[in-house]
Amino acid sequence: MDVFITSKADFDSSIQRMIQQNEIYGVKRKTPSFAFDRLVAAEELCLDYDITVLPPTKYLLPPTESLIKFKLAPEPSIRSSAEAQPCILIGIHPDDLHAIKLLDAVFTGSLTDVNYLARRRATTIVGVDCVNPWPYSFAASMGTAIPPRIFDLWLTDLGDEYLVEVGSARGEDLRKRYLKTRRAREVDLRQRNKVRQDWLKKYQLSLDMPPQEIPKVLDEAWHSPLWEELGQKCLACGSCTMVCPTCICFDVRDGIELNLKEGERYRRWDSCMFDGFAKVASGENFRPTGTARLRHRLYRKGKYMLERYGELGCVGCGRCVHACLVDIASPVAAYNRLAKEAR
Amino acid sequence: MAVGTELGSSLFLPKLAELLKVEPLSEKEKLFQLRLKDGSRLNHKPGQFVEVSVLGIGEAPISISSSPTRDDSFELVVRMVGNLTGALHRLQPGDTVGIRGPFGNGFPVSELLKRDLLFVAGGIGLCPLRSMIQHAIDKREQFGRIILLYGCRQPAEQLFRGELGEWRQRPDIEILESVDRCPVDVAWEGSVGVITTLFPQVSIDPGKTTALVVGPPVMYRFVVAECLKQGIAKERILLSLERRMKCGMGFCGHCQINNRYVCQDGPVFSYAELSRLGEAEL
Repeated sequence: MDVFITSKADFDSSIQRMIQQNEIYGVKRKTPSFAFDRLVAAEELCLDYDITVLPPTKYLLPPTESLIKFKLAPEPSIRSSAEAQPCILIGIHPDDLHAIKLLDAVFTGSLTDVNYLARRRATTIVGVDCVNPWPYSFAASMGTAIPPRIFDLWLTDLGDEYLVEVGSARGEDLRKRYLKTRRAREVDLRQRNKVRQDWLKKYQLSLDMPPQEIPKVLDEAWHSPLWEELGQKCLACGSCTMVCPTCICFDVRDGIELNLKEGERYRRWDSCMFDGFAKVASGENFRPTGTARLRHRLYRKGKYMLERYGELGCVGCGRCVHACLVDIASPVAAYNRLAKEAR
Repeated sequence: MAVGTELGSSLFLPKLAELLKVEPLSEKEKLFQLRLKDGSRLNHKPGQFVEVSVLGIGEAPISISSSPTRDDSFELVVRMVGNLTGALHRLQPGDTVGIRGPFGNGFPVSELLKRDLLFVAGGIGLCPLRSMIQHAIDKREQFGRIILLYGCRQPAEQLFRGELGEWRQRPDIEILESVDRCPVDVAWEGSVGVITTLFPQVSIDPGKTTALVVGPPVMYRFVVAECLKQGIAKERILLSLERRMKCGMGFCGHCQINNRYVCQDGPVFSYAELSRLGEAEL
């Protein structure tokens, strides 16, 4: 394992140099919340944050994204608009990185979404352990509070220093070019393990079962009264899905320039919680009720994604728990309740 | 993640296709014959679909209604129900559309060899079935009986009337037709009633028969019940489902039924499989 130590003072000046030479998106304070945004100065970067309003997946699957560009005249022609600028994402939390692992499985599996792949390849990931989990998160009990090994660099706050783990050749290149480091010693690694254990204890919500058991609970829960109970309160606002790091559903639309000669096809975030999501042109709506839509969302998170892509569709970040206006979106509350019903 | 591989071409990139023929089939449906402009064949299987673009308006999933056994063109039937299909209906021969696909699994042709094929078509459901019917006609010796039960709301809504006439002339195809209602001044030799009224009129060997059913969602429950009553096994009742398939690749989420994507895993499913999916409501 390539693990290093850098002092926080050195790290700040490294970030300043990085900003001058790269496009960097990092976590900034946006009182009262935090958000990923373009960094222009090192002091903007905030690595001891609790949660960002939107997950960093917005850089891999943007809210709107051009898919193809076309010309109608003189002759019709079409080209792909998949392209991406190299950038560095700094400050990703472990649960959000687990979400990116799922997105990788979806978009670069048996079929490749080249728009996603172009952005993913152009993105260098510098993650950080979560020092201050917010009260809505249950990542520790989902097993997602420790990062999967798909980062380029990983930081752990050890007080006056960061422990820096290198996860890829690209990460090693970044370290060599910008960071002033010394090799980590055994004592540093022990310290990392210790602080990680301390932080895991700070999570206030927790799943009452191992996360792999969620599909088994759901297998018995199709007819639970819970769905109707929650579904009839649902406003179909889509807030839970807009803030979710694993929500990837999109709509596809065409836009045309005022000259009526050229335009583009783009995708934009959509939500399975919207009432028209499963409606077809003939007028038939295959998921017409809040009850059906809410059940679908929680099955997709807790079962379907795992069956199809090998990763759970919920990473326990808790954004939906907080975003829901009528307090019905919490996966952990639903899964715990269903497990209790099953017993 | 496939980090080292080439980016490859975008699956969102349509191929350009020329409209060779546009022909009204009924008040709301038109038949479009197309050929890809790059000279390639569509290479589809019966029962698959394509995403059709009118650039600047959008894209919609449309089932392919011709058999790949015919020629290098292919046919689509489009009912005018919205913006995109409205724009398609305004196009003329010589105009260009975008085509992505073919998508989906299609009918399991190899599993249908030597089988008696019971086609059950409700209204526009005849269009995707026609790709398989034509295939079976073109390779007639590979299949057992060909039986078509075709139900529409009224006689004027029957599609492919010319082709139906040819099929009726053939001794090796059995056709039974129904309409929900028939205006008094219209000649009609078929049955009057919903499509299930045709089942008692046909005698099938359930062990040799595979049912291929396409129609509006409301029809499926009743037709499946009839097929089961006739003794056809759950695995031998095949249904093609309509869903909102935006991307065709299992990414966009719109067509999901439980853990299945209709655009990738379907649109053709056996009743055995659908009966295990709560959201299929069958």
